[in-house]
Amino acid sequence: MNAVEVTGLTVALDDGSVIVDDVSFALESGQVMGLVGESGSGKSTVALALLGFAKRGANIVGGKVVVGGVDLLALGRNELREARKKLIGFVPQDPATALNPAMRIGTQLTEGMLGGRKENLPRIREVLKAVGLPSDDAFLRRHPQELSGGQQQRVAIAMAVSKGPKLIVFDEPTTGLDVSTQARVLEMVGRLCSDNGMAAVFVSHDLAVVGAVGDLVTVMYAGQVLETGTRDEVLLTAAHPYSIALLESVPSTRQRLPLVPIPGRSPAAGAKFEGCVFADRCAYAEDRCREAVPALVTAPTGGAARCVRVEHVRQNQTCQVKEPLRRIESREEGRASVLSVRNLNASYDRTQVLFDLSFDVAPGECVGIVGESGSGKTTMSRCLIGLHESQTGVMEMDGKPLPLRLRDRSKAIKQQMQYVFQNPYGSLNPRETVATSVMVPLKHFYGDRGKAARAKAQEALERVEIPWRLADRYPAELSGGQRQRVAIARALACDPKLLICDEVTSGLDVSVQASVVELLRSLQNDGLSMVFITHDLAVVRSIGDRVVVLSQGRVVESGEVESVLSAPEHAYTRGLLADTLEVDRPDAETSEVPG
Amino acid sequence: MIRTRPREQGEQEVQAPPKNLTRRVLTSRQTRLGLIMLLTMIVFAIVGPFLAPHSPTAVMAKPYAPPGDGLLLGADSLGRDIVSRILSGGANLTWMAIAATALGVALGTTIGLVAAFAGGIVDMLLMRVVDVLLTFPTIIMAILFISMVGPSRWILVVLVAIGLTPGMARVMRGSARPVMRREHVMWARTVGLSSRHILMREVLPSVTSPLMVEIGLRLMWSVVGLASLSFLGFGVQPPASDWGLMVSENKDGLAIQPLAVFIPAVCVALFTIGGNLFAEGAARVIGRTEGTRS
Repeated sequence: MNAVEVTGLTVALDDGSVIVDDVSFALESGQVMGLVGESGSGKSTVALALLGFAKRGANIVGGKVVVGGVDLLALGRNELREARKKLIGFVPQDPATALNPAMRIGTQLTEGMLGGRKENLPRIREVLKAVGLPSDDAFLRRHPQELSGGQQQRVAIAMAVSKGPKLIVFDEPTTGLDVSTQARVLEMVGRLCSDNGMAAVFVSHDLAVVGAVGDLVTVMYAGQVLETGTRDEVLLTAAHPYSIALLESVPSTRQRLPLVPIPGRSPAAGAKFEGCVFADRCAYAEDRCREAVPALVTAPTGGAARCVRVEHVRQNQTCQVKEPLRRIESREEGRASVLSVRNLNASYDRTQVLFDLSFDVAPGECVGIVGESGSGKTTMSRCLIGLHESQTGVMEMDGKPLPLRLRDRSKAIKQQMQYVFQNPYGSLNPRETVATSVMVPLKHFYGDRGKAARAKAQEALERVEIPWRLADRYPAELSGGQRQRVAIARALACDPKLLICDEVTSGLDVSVQASVVELLRSLQNDGLSMVFITHDLAVVRSIGDRVVVLSQGRVVESGEVESVLSAPEHAYTRGLLADTLEVDRPDAETSEVPG
Repeated sequence: MIRTRPREQGEQEVQAPPKNLTRRVLTSRQTRLGLIMLLTMIVFAIVGPFLAPHSPTAVMAKPYAPPGDGLLLGADSLGRDIVSRILSGGANLTWMAIAATALGVALGTTIGLVAAFAGGIVDMLLMRVVDVLLTFPTIIMAILFISMVGPSRWILVVLVAIGLTPGMARVMRGSARPVMRREHVMWARTVGLSSRHILMREVLPSVTSPLMVEIGLRLMWSVVGLASLSFLGFGVQPPASDWGLMVSENKDGLAIQPLAVFIPAVCVALFTIGGNLFAEGAARVIGRTEGTRS
């Protein structure tokens, strides 16, 4: 008998729009299912529905969730609570808010278990050892804020595991963690589930994470399951056009490949469709796709896909071969670098966070700055633009000295250096329309007003592929990717020489990230120099020319992207590269080694 | 299963709230009620003097005369027509309250925003000055000044405004500080926009919801403050009519002629409650539809 059986699970909003539509799957004990989808796909709603819970405004309107022989959705309130206690563990996304800051670790670990604290302690110690944490009394007496993010997440996992549930639901548990911590946590999740015979549903937006942990993989889009099967079936031989497109948009650390964004915009939660939910963005769509909702059919590869043209897609997809991108070699060597940084030191109060940073940015080059959280990469980018207050060192721009502090910099320098922020939701003034936002720097730097400014703004927006009809909208009406494009357009309107991009893609879905990366690549081809700060080696591989690896405020390695990522010299880079998860793809094996 | 075609790309916002701010604010029942009360009282105060059947200062009957003899509500402590005095008693209060609020809010907002923007020593100095001002109770300070320089309506306005300033500055600094760390403000600094532009265009629009609530609250505080000063005899001076003053003039005759105290008190109450309902409701609506940054 299956440990977990979900049939026809449907969740609707109060106004009747369906946000999770007829989701069914079954898991055996010890199996992990990866549930992957972009934001708004309904994956987290499914995760909560497995606990028999729906957020305010949403209701579970149909289906069965059978865990260990009990149908959770048929239970009353109190019975459901008892059933949850015995049968289900839940690991939420953010461990910092999931743990009670006022309670000791030991208390939190035992409070959810049946029986008293004394009798449960041996079990707790055992589980803590299994998740790689100390299990002595001193550790149990600590408070959550005394632990690191990775340790907190392990405590949260230990809480879920220790009572021995039949099913554990993981809701993006590794999203906030560094790659090295993430790799260890994922490895642990897989081991715990198979050792303890627990089924698990692992929700993530990251295909590589799901590929690393899941025995089964289910792809969701607009509230529907579009494809499901074993890991190899879905990730190596994807059958549904959406899965294929999603895989195409994931960057790789191994090769510099062009990323293929998915055209259009993902539908809002609760949008209604007549036919296939993906038809509007699908390259293979034909008339019958729009007529009726396709059923999940068994694909020739073994999995199940919700597509009427599975055979056709399968045959044509194999013909697509991506050429690895060559590095543009036409850079003029010996010319003064656009930006050169020597011995940059920076500190917060008395704590020094950057130590002797030095690097150069050649004209038309993209330098990737890579590091984990706490490596000082954001402080460094703030130093470059002059927002950081206490820093020492020497910076030069085009051979001329560049004052460290913003207030000492001339207007011309401010115009030539532009900064794009990580958070697309905060980087635009919420009370200004898109067009006004882009026109503000035009007026400031060039004195353009009225029609001349609008024409230039239109030009800048068209360069980032934002249609002019969106110009009079407010940022709140745009998607994250669109906002990030507008922020880039605003920087471009200043006609800069150097663009500093601080984690510009980390808040975006992969398919949107692909489109932003491709946009930046096209700008680079127009001769723009870039400093691209990121934690993601794969993104650096796909866009960077040279890379600087930061660890704890120091440069540990720098050089050409190809050489550093193919043959890293420093142990830290090697570790980072080894921990970065990769989606295994068939074309990676067949294509030649990048040059 | 019934499904409809998706609407055009990008236009799938589910039930977008009305775009226009005023229309959006008026969708709430509380704000509508508050606005009606507030506007009624303001119109009453402005139009009232023209509708008064008698002069508010003319002695018409015996002190505390009961209704009758052409006096609808009777006479007050000096035998003047209560109806006329009530009708003409709100005008001073209204304009003085509005002027004091405008002045106090403008001053407080400027101080708060500048402190939040400049940070460091400027912030510290401004906030210490504000702290010192906060320790003076508004009414006592006003009484002190009025006793020294004599009652003048403009001095009253300025004194009440100064009383409002420190609290206003604190609140605005508090709500502007997180905005200063937002990316769009940092961007404005990196391109070197002027401080004035940053404060007026980037920061101020982002703090409108606390600003609105504060304006509403401070308006009510100045109404109450001015009425209290009049009641204590330091505000509008007799024989001019004023709601606060009426309460104090007629309090001795409360048992014989309660209307002369009650109606002015109710007028002040309606004014303040209406304004409060409106400000609070508006803030809630703004917070719900715009504060969420999605």
